Amino acid sequence: MRQSRLALAAGYTMLLFVSVLFFGPFLWLIRSALMDLSQIFSMPPEWIPSPFRWDNFHRALTILPFGTYFTNTFIIVISTIVGTVLTSSVAAFGFSRIDWRGRDTVFGILMTSMMLPAAVTLIPSFLGWQMLGFYDTYYPLIVPAYFGGGIFNIFLLRQFYLTIPRDFDEAAFVDGATYFQIYRSLIFPLSRSAIIVVALFCFLGTWNDFMGPLIYLKSDSLFTLAIGLQMFQGTYTAQWDLLMAASAAVVLPCVIVFLVGQKYFLEGITLTGLKG
Amino acid sequence: MRKGLFYGLLFTSPAIIGFIIFTLGPMIASMVLSFTDYSVFKDQTSFIGFDNYKTLFSGEDEFFYKSLGVTFYFVALRVPAVILLSFFIALLLNMNVKGRAIFRTIIYLPSIVPAVASAMIWMWLLNPDLGLVNSVLRWFHLPESDWLYSEQSVIPSVVLTTLWGIGGTVIIFLAGLSGIPRQYYEAIEVDGGGWYSKLRHITIPMVSPTIFFNTIMTIIGSIQVFNEAYILTQGGPNNKSLFYVFYLWRTGFRDTEMGYASALAWVLFIIILFFTFIVFRTSKSWVYYEGEGRT
Repeated sequence: MRQSRLALAAGYTMLLFVSVLFFGPFLWLIRSALMDLSQIFSMPPEWIPSPFRWDNFHRALTILPFGTYFTNTFIIVISTIVGTVLTSSVAAFGFSRIDWRGRDTVFGILMTSMMLPAAVTLIPSFLGWQMLGFYDTYYPLIVPAYFGGGIFNIFLLRQFYLTIPRDFDEAAFVDGATYFQIYRSLIFPLSRSAIIVVALFCFLGTWNDFMGPLIYLKSDSLFTLAIGLQMFQGTYTAQWDLLMAASAAVVLPCVIVFLVGQKYFLEGITLTGLKG
Repeated sequence: MRKGLFYGLLFTSPAIIGFIIFTLGPMIASMVLSFTDYSVFKDQTSFIGFDNYKTLFSGEDEFFYKSLGVTFYFVALRVPAVILLSFFIALLLNMNVKGRAIFRTIIYLPSIVPAVASAMIWMWLLNPDLGLVNSVLRWFHLPESDWLYSEQSVIPSVVLTTLWGIGGTVIIFLAGLSGIPRQYYEAIEVDGGGWYSKLRHITIPMVSPTIFFNTIMTIIGSIQVFNEAYILTQGGPNNKSLFYVFYLWRTGFRDTEMGYASALAWVLFIIILFFTFIVFRTSKSWVYYEGEGRT
C-alpha cells in the first residue's frame, strides 16, 4: 500500500504521542519510587530524582513483610502453572487428537463456562471450601488449576493441536504407541510454544489475581503481593515515595516475564483472539 | 484406535470433573441460595421463594438500581472509548513505520501491570493537589479536576485508568488488520479513492468480525469490573462508583448476606446473557465474514 510522506509523518507523530501517554505513567512510577518525600511534592513536578533514594525500596519492602508475600505469591503461581499446564494439555489432547462420540458436544458445553461471570460461582465456591475447612489456605486458589486449568487454556491448546497433522499420530499407532505415549513424546513436545503461552498467561493471571486471595485468605502470613500492596496503601496513605517503590517492585517481575516471553504473548493473543 | 470413548473420557476427565465441581455445581447451588435468606450470622436458613428478587426489583433496595446505573454508565462510556481508541492505535501501528515493534511493546506493556499496582499509580497520577495530571493541566491553564474524589468525575476517571490497559484489544485489532490483503487497497487506489474510502469500504468491513469480538469481550469485562472499584474508590464518593460486582461482594462478604448476594449474581448473569444476545443478533447486519458475501 502506498503511503504519502505527509500521512506517514502525521501517523508517526500521533504514534509518538500515544506512546508518551502510555509510557508516561511508568516514568512517573519510577521517578516517584526514587525520590524523597520533599522532592516528590515539588511544584512544578521534577522528573530526575536528586538524590536517588534507592533505600526507598528497602524501606517500603520491610515495613510490611513483602518477602513473605513474595514467597507466598511465588508458591501459588508455580503450583497453579504446573496444574494448568498438565491438565489443560491433557484435556486439549482428549478434545482434539482422540475421536470419540459426543466429543465436540462436551467441549461446547465446557466452553459455555467462558460466558459465566465469576460472580455467579463465587459464593457457593466460597461456602464449599469453608465447609471443607480450607478457608484461609491456598487450596481454593490452587486446586482448581489441577482440574482442567480453565477452559481458555484448553481452547488455546486445542486450537494449536488441530494444526498438527494427524499423520503423525497414525504413524505412531502403527509403531504400537499408546495415546499416552503420543501425548507425551509427540504432541506435548511439538506444542512447546503454545504451552509457554499458557504458562505465561497463567503466571500473569495468578500474580495479578486480587479477588481470589481477598476472599479466601485471612491470615496476614498467607497474603500475596497484590493483597499486601493494597494493605500498604490503606496504612501509608500519603507516603507516595514508599507506595510507588512497593508498586514498582510488584510490577517489575511482570515486566521481566513479559519482555522475555514477548514473542509468545503476541502469538498467543493472536492465536485465540483472547486477552490474557 | 480402539476404545476411543474410554481414552477420550480419560484424558478429558480432569476438565469434565472440574467443570462439574467448580462451575455446574456452584451454579446450581447459587441458584438455590438465591431463593433463601442464608447468612452466616443467622441460625436458621429458610426458603423465601422470590423474596430476594422482589426486594431487588421493587426498589426497596436503593443500592441495587444505583449500582446498575453506575455500571451501565461505566459500560456506556468505556466500551466505545476502548473500541475507538484501540482501533485507532491499531491503525497507527499497522502503518509502515520504523520501530513498529517498540511502539507495540510500549502500548501492550501497561496491560500486564497488576490491577493493584495500576490503581496505585493512577491514584497518584490523579491526586487532586499533587498529581501529575492536574499539574500538567495547571501548566496549560486548563481547568483541573478532583478526578476520583468528585461525584461527577469519578466514573470517567475510572474509565480513564482502565484505558491504560487496552493493549490486548489493540493486538487483536492489529492481527485483524494485518490479515487484509493489499490488493484490496490497491484496487481503491486505482479508482482514485483516498484514506477515507479505504477505511470505510475496506478496513472496517474486513475487521468487522474483530470489532464484534472485541465489543462483546469489552462489554462482558466492563460489566464485571471489581478491582478498580475495590481499590480505587471503595464505591465512593457517596456511592457514585458503586459498581455492581463490588456491591455484590459487599453484600455477600462484608455484610454476609449470601442468599441475597446470590440473587444479585443471577441478575448479573441474565444481564450479561442479554447483552451478548443483543450484540449477536445485531451482528448479522454489520459483521462481514469473508467468503459469505453480503448481498
